Amino acid sequence: MIKALRNIGKYMTMLWIVFSRPEKWKVFRERLFHEIHFIGINSIPIVALMSVFMGGVIALQTASNMTSPWLPEYTIGYITRSSTILEFSPTMISLILAGKVGSNVASEIGTMKTTEQIDALEVMGVNSLTFLVLPKILGAVLFFPVLIIFSMGLSLVGGWLSLVLSELASTETYVVGIRSFFVPSNIVYALSKTVVFAFLIVSISSFYGYYTKGGALDVGKSATKAVVTASIAILIANFLLTQMFLL
Amino acid sequence: MIEVKNLDKSFADKQILHGINTVFEKGKVNMVIGQSGQGKSVLTKCIVGLHEPDEGGEIHYGGANFSEMNRKDRMLIRQEIGMLFQGSALFDSMTVEENIMFPLTMFTKMSKKEKLDRVNFCLDRVNLEGRNGLFPAECSGGMQKRIAIARAIAMNPKYLFCDEPNSGLDPKTAIVIDNLIREITYEYDITTVVITHDMNSVIEIGDNIMFIHDGRNWWSGDRKSIITTDNQEIIDFVYASDFMKEIRSSMQEKRK
Repeated sequence: MIKALRNIGKYMTMLWIVFSRPEKWKVFRERLFHEIHFIGINSIPIVALMSVFMGGVIALQTASNMTSPWLPEYTIGYITRSSTILEFSPTMISLILAGKVGSNVASEIGTMKTTEQIDALEVMGVNSLTFLVLPKILGAVLFFPVLIIFSMGLSLVGGWLSLVLSELASTETYVVGIRSFFVPSNIVYALSKTVVFAFLIVSISSFYGYYTKGGALDVGKSATKAVVTASIAILIANFLLTQMFLL
Repeated sequence: MIEVKNLDKSFADKQILHGINTVFEKGKVNMVIGQSGQGKSVLTKCIVGLHEPDEGGEIHYGGANFSEMNRKDRMLIRQEIGMLFQGSALFDSMTVEENIMFPLTMFTKMSKKEKLDRVNFCLDRVNLEGRNGLFPAECSGGMQKRIAIARAIAMNPKYLFCDEPNSGLDPKTAIVIDNLIREITYEYDITTVVITHDMNSVIEIGDNIMFIHDGRNWWSGDRKSIITTDNQEIIDFVYASDFMKEIRSSMQEKRK
């Protein structure tokens, strides 16, 4: 318990230093675009794959459980859209990104730490936390919402494909379903959650990477801790944000 | 000149450094020697601010008290420091050119051409001209050390720290690195601090030598006095091998 509290204090101190003014804005801008590419654009294939199949399974599960004749057929599209926008895209995809991006960030920074590259930055007079971590956090916070919008769209396409191919519903009723009772603020809610998740994934992973001590084995341990902690943080934050926004 | 006053450093309950007092002179190669685990690297990391000394210790860079500076002022002093790390610490995602150019990009307003000229000058200085496009992983250990020296001198530092510059190098390459450190120190009149186990380096390039034992400044002197001293800890360190012991006894016989 004391160790957990100490880690939280250390994490807060790290964030305080991370959000300092960068030494050179030109270099910061270059690093930001690099991170958007590295963290964001490189994640598009996995997000696309996961989203299509996730949407397909949600639609199939909903259709197979709709046995009551009182339920209109368009409910399949309505439930697929609601589940995707409210939970599956922002939360599930963020959990997957916690694994992919989190382990990547923690191992990159951890390796730099154990090979004294971070010490080299500090000795040169570079604020290593701002230089390394701030572009990663901003890159994720800016690009994860784009990934989630992309995921929402592909999930709906996946749902449509699975229904049409299995002949469980027609295109027309599915489209009517996804357009029914649409609440635009749900998108705002989903993207707000995504921003919080993006921040948690990258900051927690950077924290474990930056405070790695030892050698290659410890870098691996830091990456694992980063993914596990970031995933737990996402689940807790999701619960709290759902309470705040929807209830 | 760097002055260290009453420097203590503890990790948890274990005290590593005990009241270190020393002066590292300008324009000279100041060597810090001692057995492994005696606190040499901890001392260096305290001096450059990577470790925070215990309360009461002071480090002065050219008269300015580094220990009392805030983070921003320390960053300014650090821009005058070049450091060669034990494992070179080159940025492995950058080419040789980008590594050397990095401090210039971060802290100067040089044009691209000026920076490139400076990079080529530094590479030329360490006899690695034309290797701009290589990545650190494509370079040998000796080349990596020389690239790290080139990066360390890119900003014309006032202070140069070298943490075991010869570790993992063959004797011939080690001499090249030693000579380079000495030449740079004299040429640019900078304060150089070298941490080493290598007695060959000590005898070759050490102007001032400090021997750390049990976290204390056990002995200080020059390269001549280290050979003739009667201090038992130094004798045990310098003449550790049978071969060196034989050399010592033959030297003593000659003196008689």
